[in-house]
Amino acid sequence: MTFKNLVTAALITSVALTAVHADELKGRGASFPGPVYKAWTAAYFKATGKKVNYTPTGSGDGIKSIKKRMVDFAGSDKPLKPEKLRKAKLYMFPSVVGSIVLAYNLDGVKDGDLKLSRTAIDAIFSGKAVFWDDAIITKENVGLTLPHAPITTCVRADKSGTTFNFTYFLNKINPDVKVSKKPTWKAAKVVAGKSNSGVSANIQQIKNSIGYIEYSYKIKLGLPAAQVENKEGHFINPTVPSFQDAAKYATWTADNDFYAVIGDPAGATSYPIVAATFLLLPIEKSEMNKKVTAFMEWAYINGDKAAAELGYVPLPASTKEAIRAYWEAKKIK
Amino acid sequence: MGSKLFRNFSFFSATLSFFLLVGVFAILFSYAQEALHEFGFNFLWTEQWEPDEDDEGGIFGGYIPILGTLLSTIIAMLIATPLAMGIAIFLTEIASVNVAKPVSIAIELLAAIPSIIYGMWGLFYFAPIVQFVFGGNGVGLLTAGMVLAIMIIPFMAAITRDSMNTTPAVLKESAYAMGATKFEVIKDVVMPYSKGGIIGSIILALGRALGETMAVAFLIGSVMHTIGNMTDPTTSIPVLLANNFAEAEDLEMSSMYFLALILFVVSFAIISTAKFYFLGRNPSMKKVK
Repeated sequence: MTFKNLVTAALITSVALTAVHADELKGRGASFPGPVYKAWTAAYFKATGKKVNYTPTGSGDGIKSIKKRMVDFAGSDKPLKPEKLRKAKLYMFPSVVGSIVLAYNLDGVKDGDLKLSRTAIDAIFSGKAVFWDDAIITKENVGLTLPHAPITTCVRADKSGTTFNFTYFLNKINPDVKVSKKPTWKAAKVVAGKSNSGVSANIQQIKNSIGYIEYSYKIKLGLPAAQVENKEGHFINPTVPSFQDAAKYATWTADNDFYAVIGDPAGATSYPIVAATFLLLPIEKSEMNKKVTAFMEWAYINGDKAAAELGYVPLPASTKEAIRAYWEAKKIK
Repeated sequence: MGSKLFRNFSFFSATLSFFLLVGVFAILFSYAQEALHEFGFNFLWTEQWEPDEDDEGGIFGGYIPILGTLLSTIIAMLIATPLAMGIAIFLTEIASVNVAKPVSIAIELLAAIPSIIYGMWGLFYFAPIVQFVFGGNGVGLLTAGMVLAIMIIPFMAAITRDSMNTTPAVLKESAYAMGATKFEVIKDVVMPYSKGGIIGSIILALGRALGETMAVAFLIGSVMHTIGNMTDPTTSIPVLLANNFAEAEDLEMSSMYFLALILFVVSFAIISTAKFYFLGRNPSMKKVK
């Protein structure tokens, strides 16, 4: 068999294999919405018999894969600016809203006991506050005894949409902080872990540590998390109702493919560190896109309960309507 | 016919390893070109690893992971070598058969434990102990080095034990007959005779320690920080590659191939130096050839 024959044989096999999997939608990207996508795809398969396969590899990987057209759709926590979307020939719309909590490991300080003001959070992650009993932290926590121990900050080792959204919030407090998927942290003691589970494990393991993780990991592992001061100066516990209040203030419009980072919203009862996660579709594959939007339509209608149970916030009804109109306009519904 | 086939097959197998070596080097070298042109040898001294916002470029330097790799390996070797030698000597020369057998089996089983299990065990049980004794965060360079040591001890001990076992009983008995003490027999008969095997075991362990990824990823802290202290978190080459590979593009990807190339060259240099320097002058190995 010559080399040419071999190549032909390989091509035929791969085409045949693709045909077999043609009705299976493949997606990858953001790990932040991983748990809710998993619940949705499982329920969708049960209800319709259609398979959607989503691999939570990370936002950066998702963007990379969809640019190279390796997948049918991609997830990203970092919205792409309109000019970037045009360049890569992609559609974009939000799927669900989640939140980031500040979980800590402090002896004797229970869940929700610790109150962190905006300046305190900035001080901790920029290294201005080195010890837990720094005045900037104790000011809001008069009843608590905080140790004179150095603060260890737990961050992500990999590039991450969660980090992007968290640094976006830090940037709102202190414009000197660079918004990035993987910044160089300036705190005195930093320990990095891979993915949300790695950071959670570090928080559990290291005494006097604090880190930012996705809300569902806090629930799953029972980690204590801080009340965070929002834009209007109120201390808010991370709870699903407070995320819902925050999501109401998001300003999404189809004009710019829903480009918006929703962190640090207005509202007296809004939890400030919220983030939307997005889906990316390749413009030219309209047939495949219809299948993806059919799945999302199903999730928008039937998936709210599952999302709320996992600690996510379903999109407001008006946003869902706007997204449907967007699909109509692009003829991918 | 059969013998010719066998001859060709074994020739193919023997040359395959050589071509793989050259092929891997060539791929690493060509993929690292972009970073080589951009940073050159400054790459070795730069302490930053910062992609810019659009992931299209940035500043990348290998100083911290290279240092982290070398230091964690040195810590591991410093701890593991004397312990492994002690185990091997105890098993071959001192312990009775009833003790030596179960201990030998335990050591071989230790060598079979996958590295991720060492990582998890290290993070949840060993790191707090290190933190309690030495301070720091628990995870960091020292913890990674110590768990690496535990991982390579079984390798070194098992190979050293086997090579010490090959010392002919006649030699040892003659030495005892001349009035040598047990310590003298070990020092002057057993050790010189099994030198090749001992150094071989150290080289193999060194190779494993240099490239170990999973356990170290759990324990080293994965932070791009120059260390000022043994317990500080830092990062190593394999850990940085494992953490960033999925998300990297263009220049960052090329920089990671550059790092991989450096690891390849460093391992190759250390192992070949060790081999030529120590084993080249070893009479017992020449005999085998």
